[in-house]
Amino acid sequence: MRDFFTNNVLGILLLTIAETLAILVPVLIGMAYSTFFERKALAAFQLRRGPNVVGPFGLWQPFADAVKVFTKETIVPAGASRSLFLLAPMLTFVLACLAWAVIPVNDNWAAANINVGILYLFAISSLGVYGIIIAGWASNSKYAFLGAMRSAAQMVSYEVSIGFVLVTVMLCVGSLNLNDVVRAQSHHWFAFTLLFPMFVVFLISMLAETNRAPFDLPEGESELVAGFFVEYSAMSFALFFLGEYTNMIMMSALGSVLFLGGWQAPFGLTFIPGVFWLAAKICVLMFFFFWVRATFPRFRYDQLMRLGWKVFLPLSLLWLVLTAGYLELTGTLPMEAL
Amino acid sequence: MTDLLEPGLLGQTAVPADQAVASATKTIQIDSHAMNFGPQHPAAHGVLRLVLEMDGEVVERADPHVGLLHRGTEKLIESRTYIQNVPYFDRLDYVSPMCMEHAFVLATEKLLSITAPERALWIRTMFDEITRILNHLLNLTSYALDVGALSPSLWGYEEREKLMEFYEAASGARLHANYYRPGGVKSDLPVGLTDRIWAWSEAFPKFVDDLWDLLTSNRIWKQRTVDIGVMSAEQALAWGFTGPNLRASGVPWDLRRAQPYAKYDQVEFDIPVARNGDCYDRYLVRMVEMRESVKIIRQCVERMKPGPVKIDDRKFTPPRREEMKRSMEALIHHFKLYTEGFHVPSGATYTAIESPKGEFGVYLVSDGTNKPYRCKIRPTGFSHLQAVEVMSKGHMLADTVAIIGSIDLVFGEVDR
Repeated sequence: MRDFFTNNVLGILLLTIAETLAILVPVLIGMAYSTFFERKALAAFQLRRGPNVVGPFGLWQPFADAVKVFTKETIVPAGASRSLFLLAPMLTFVLACLAWAVIPVNDNWAAANINVGILYLFAISSLGVYGIIIAGWASNSKYAFLGAMRSAAQMVSYEVSIGFVLVTVMLCVGSLNLNDVVRAQSHHWFAFTLLFPMFVVFLISMLAETNRAPFDLPEGESELVAGFFVEYSAMSFALFFLGEYTNMIMMSALGSVLFLGGWQAPFGLTFIPGVFWLAAKICVLMFFFFWVRATFPRFRYDQLMRLGWKVFLPLSLLWLVLTAGYLELTGTLPMEAL
Repeated sequence: MTDLLEPGLLGQTAVPADQAVASATKTIQIDSHAMNFGPQHPAAHGVLRLVLEMDGEVVERADPHVGLLHRGTEKLIESRTYIQNVPYFDRLDYVSPMCMEHAFVLATEKLLSITAPERALWIRTMFDEITRILNHLLNLTSYALDVGALSPSLWGYEEREKLMEFYEAASGARLHANYYRPGGVKSDLPVGLTDRIWAWSEAFPKFVDDLWDLLTSNRIWKQRTVDIGVMSAEQALAWGFTGPNLRASGVPWDLRRAQPYAKYDQVEFDIPVARNGDCYDRYLVRMVEMRESVKIIRQCVERMKPGPVKIDDRKFTPPRREEMKRSMEALIHHFKLYTEGFHVPSGATYTAIESPKGEFGVYLVSDGTNKPYRCKIRPTGFSHLQAVEVMSKGHMLADTVAIIGSIDLVFGEVDR
């Protein structure tokens, strides 16, 4: 039986499909309910009730929304470049899902437990910006174009500081494998060590990276109406929406893996499975997203770039050097990786 | 495209090598692009259409287009009696309806040479201030929404709801009150309303504190508003600014103090004046004004005495319904008042009040008939809107949004 899944082509294919589904289905359901969670959380901040009509406590609301976007017509603007216009949302969504391959949901539970997990994430998240640029350009609209320009600039700049955050974590772990990153945190989570400032940088950069408030300039409602996806409707819009939320969950998962001990149980509560702990940590970080959104006004474009390049980049670079120096001095540099 | 290094300009003979250099250092002028901001835009505050000429993200020229909500109010007023005209004023600045009515009613009273009884004046003062809070709440919270803070607008709506219930209790309508009348107000306040207003006035400062805590010292909020859209005192005066926008620029001018009407000469209140005239100061002035308005409302509730709320003259105020059942004369008065209305002696007046947005004036000309000969309305927002160009030049697109939010525009009033 084991041979069938490791040697037979059909077996490997089946196993891969099963693994993919095992990751994607929970992620998509989680994504659907994170919209619900967001609306409920925002409602609580704003003294409202939020969705409460469809099903008990409004729990069927995500499905009602899904049915709605599926049954609407996808409108392609007359001046748009049709194929690119339709390609962009697909690209965004597919890339958002692809990144999930390397996230370990429990010890050695990852669709692809590869040694270059962090590099893979880098590659995927750098590609994410293409979906947005293509969408903005193909829409043939000034609002969409401005939104896409902002978005591209923003994602590229914050990727740099996230990059240094990742490098610092790699330095402490001595491995590019995300599973090893989590294992290294079995005694203390990185968020509560010397890496705490990097955790803060990561939290803020993750808001910018996913284009969420207060860095939601690309879709700045009051300036660019909806930014790069202003011309999108129905399912093509929904794919952007899905992509955005999947990315948010992805960044929350990455944050948990890098700093909050991933599937490691806190307080020695190991009898509860690791999957649960990872999910709980993701929820906490997702709540952080919504909390910030309900509280802060939006940054201005130049202020955001200034924050990225003049504050976060030097800070993360400095901390990288400091961490490296500290590890070298105390002789705790993980040598086996070299 | 201009070729600055044309050989002729430099006084050189054309040598092929020089030409190669010239074409390599060509200066290319890129046209700024025009962007249509509105009228279908979430930050357009109704139907503002702004044609922006942009250089990338920087606004080079902002050209406000007005008239999309033009309903010909001034002309309509000419064919209706004075009482029939009051509701038109509700629909001018629909965020502060009673203040709009107040201007017209005062102008009519001035032409008629009548004054409303004491209690009516107190009621008007109180409702003017309730209106001021209604207006500032909507403005500040939607301004915050424009800058990207989502929550205040929903909190604000909840408080506005309470105030609109007071409107409803007094006039029967939540928004378009039609409550003030030449010679008083429509009817007395219902029993218990002043107690409810008092209870509200005790709770409301807590809300202002919450809003204050959320925004005033918030770094992002300050980054987005401080030094944005600066108007110096001279500029503000030259562009016809009034109200909080003028006071934010450092000019202590308030019609409630400068030429008091209703009971403003008998209540104690402070007029907040800021210094810099930027978006942040305009926000601060309005925040403090809300607290001052609460003070005035409390004084009105305390000092209001029972008494008539309409002038006791059957030529201007309708008789009581019971009276009409018994008295022929009362019935005739009622009939005449609601068909023909009253005749106003010929004359002209410019009467202005301090509406929440600034000086709102009515230039009313009467030719002795029952309908105004001409009614020119001096809108507040119009002068503010025309300065959008000056204020937003050189700022970024996002700043234009903040500027529009901070000057408090309502297009019902701008377009009339």
